[in-house]
Amino acid sequence: MSAIVAQGVSKYYGDYPALRDVSFSVAPGACLAMLGRNGAGKTTLLKILAGLSSPAKGTVTIYGKPPRDGEARRAIGVLGHGIAVYDELSAFENLRLFGELYGLADPRKAAAEWLERTGLERAADGLVREFSRGMRQRLAVARAFLHSPRVLLLDEPFTALDDRAIAVLQTLLRQALADGRTIVMSTHQLREALDLATEVGLINRGRLAFRGERTQAMLDDPGWIYRHYGEA
Amino acid sequence: MPGFLRDSLTIAAKDLRSELRTKEALNASVSFSLVILLLFSFAFDPSAEQTREISGGLLWLVFAFAGALILNRSFARELPNDCLDALIASPISGAALFAGKAAANFLLLLAVEAVSLPVFGVFYNIRWWGQFWQLAGVLALGTWAMTVIGTMFSALTVNLRLRELMLPTLVYPVMIPALMSAIQLTTHLVGGEPLGGDVLVWLRLLVAFNVIFTALALSLVETVLVG
Amino acid sequence: MRERFIILFTGFAAVLLVRNLYVMLVKLPDEAAQGAIFRIIFFHVPAAWTSFLCFFAAFVCSILYLAKRNLRYDAVALATTEVGLAFAAGNLITGMIWGRIIWGIWWTWDPRLTSMLICWLLYAGYLMLRRAVEEPSQRARISAVLSIFAFVDVPIVFFSIKWWRTQHPQPVVWGGGTMDPSYWNMLFLNWVPLILLAVVLILIRLRQEEAQREIDAVRRWAHAL
Repeated sequence: MSAIVAQGVSKYYGDYPALRDVSFSVAPGACLAMLGRNGAGKTTLLKILAGLSSPAKGTVTIYGKPPRDGEARRAIGVLGHGIAVYDELSAFENLRLFGELYGLADPRKAAAEWLERTGLERAADGLVREFSRGMRQRLAVARAFLHSPRVLLLDEPFTALDDRAIAVLQTLLRQALADGRTIVMSTHQLREALDLATEVGLINRGRLAFRGERTQAMLDDPGWIYRHYGEA
Repeated sequence: MPGFLRDSLTIAAKDLRSELRTKEALNASVSFSLVILLLFSFAFDPSAEQTREISGGLLWLVFAFAGALILNRSFARELPNDCLDALIASPISGAALFAGKAAANFLLLLAVEAVSLPVFGVFYNIRWWGQFWQLAGVLALGTWAMTVIGTMFSALTVNLRLRELMLPTLVYPVMIPALMSAIQLTTHLVGGEPLGGDVLVWLRLLVAFNVIFTALALSLVETVLVG
Repeated sequence: MRERFIILFTGFAAVLLVRNLYVMLVKLPDEAAQGAIFRIIFFHVPAAWTSFLCFFAAFVCSILYLAKRNLRYDAVALATTEVGLAFAAGNLITGMIWGRIIWGIWWTWDPRLTSMLICWLLYAGYLMLRRAVEEPSQRARISAVLSIFAFVDVPIVFFSIKWWRTQHPQPVVWGGGTMDPSYWNMLFLNWVPLILLAVVLILIRLRQEEAQREIDAVRRWAHAL
């Protein structure tokens, strides 16, 4: 079974189509990098995959379930633009909260484990509002990975991250791929993304303009895909 | 539905914990209620007899205005860092999210009322505790009505610019029947008489209002949150 | 097609109104207690009925929008709400004029007038909310929910205000008696042109709304390019 299937997905803002008839599937263990300009529809697509928004036409399934289904939502980990943790809570409290919301058997243990994996174990009881930017970003990464999601949806994950957070995220993503998890990321940062990606998609004004395997040509010249499939 | 209950409690505990840590809304609301109570003394001559007759109206105006400060914050507190998206993407239902937030708001509003009611008694020389338990029940029912409407409209307007400007004009007209019932019942109870006879129609109205709008909010909140 | 309806309905409404006004002003005798001003009720009451019809239509369209997610329903909900508000305002204003003549005051907290005012505020809030949302689909979704809340609230408001006011002394409107049947007839007869007028206004408003939507979409396209 495919990890993600999108079939004829369209989404309108008023009469303006933000996504037009987008269909693709992602096999388990693959990493799909969604490229495209600002406003092309990448974020809209990720929101629909994450169940934050419903398509006007078409269907999306995550391991065979619609995205708003409880099982699908437990399978998805989302890392969006915001860090999605609470400033007034401590790092540990934040992770425990999401551990409880995701119905983990032992939220405390999972929280402690992920604090360690993101190098935040010493800041566990510090309030997030006292954290540095890099620490906040690592906590955000820990929150997204906390419930061992089978599908990771990352919206511009490398934008605005500091070097250490990028390193942490890349290590975790590589490990996730090695574990057979599926990743979809939207990104501008071609080099970091193409490095990880096994597959590449390009969205152009709401349409899926290109979808294929990542090739050596792309790695050698990251602008290649835009020149070949993007409109000038 | 134990899952629903557990999720609601998790959300309520989270909201209460972060509010009690900063006390931003709570402090603002309590202070505002004291200011309104002070202002009333200039609006009319605070003799005990007269005040008793309009005590329900005065109290509920204080509760409604001061409570708005807490209710407005309810979903708005999820905006920094895009926490709302993370909650919606998590496996809890929109209804559980709503119920948890409403429960937290309910307790915070009761806390504000627990401060402003005795102060009202002192300022205006009103012995309000004659029917203590019945009054507590009416406060709980009226507060739940404000909570349901306030929390729902907080969710409705969470992503809008001008949210704070708009909420009072949207929320109070919807609340009017509940506020009216609560005012009638409270005036009656502060007067020292137990509920009974004609007044019971207001109790029924208040309960019906709560049931109808709680059901409506729980069934529509998912639509509001998922775009 | 729609053009023809608009012209047809307008003409029909105009003919009926002229006929009704003739009967009202010339044929019907003055009411015993109130004199000439009582005729305002032939507009006052049907205006309220028309506004409720509009709000009901808005309620139905809001539910339909949430079920089908077709922006056409949202446009109808908006148009009917606006026209409903206009008729509600007509009801309030004629009520105030009547009160000024009969009781010498512009406003009494008469239960029906008070309820109508609350109703008006509820739906004015709906229009205010719409103005604050940029994105058409989000606007439609949020305002549909508000419309449902408002419509469910309306009967509760009417009952509660009625109970509230019956506990206080209030002026008697029709001398405690019943209205003459010829007055009742006129009340219903005059409702017909008001409904036709409402339909015409809704159709015109709908046309504007559709044009607006097209313009919005074109503008977004322009930005995307």
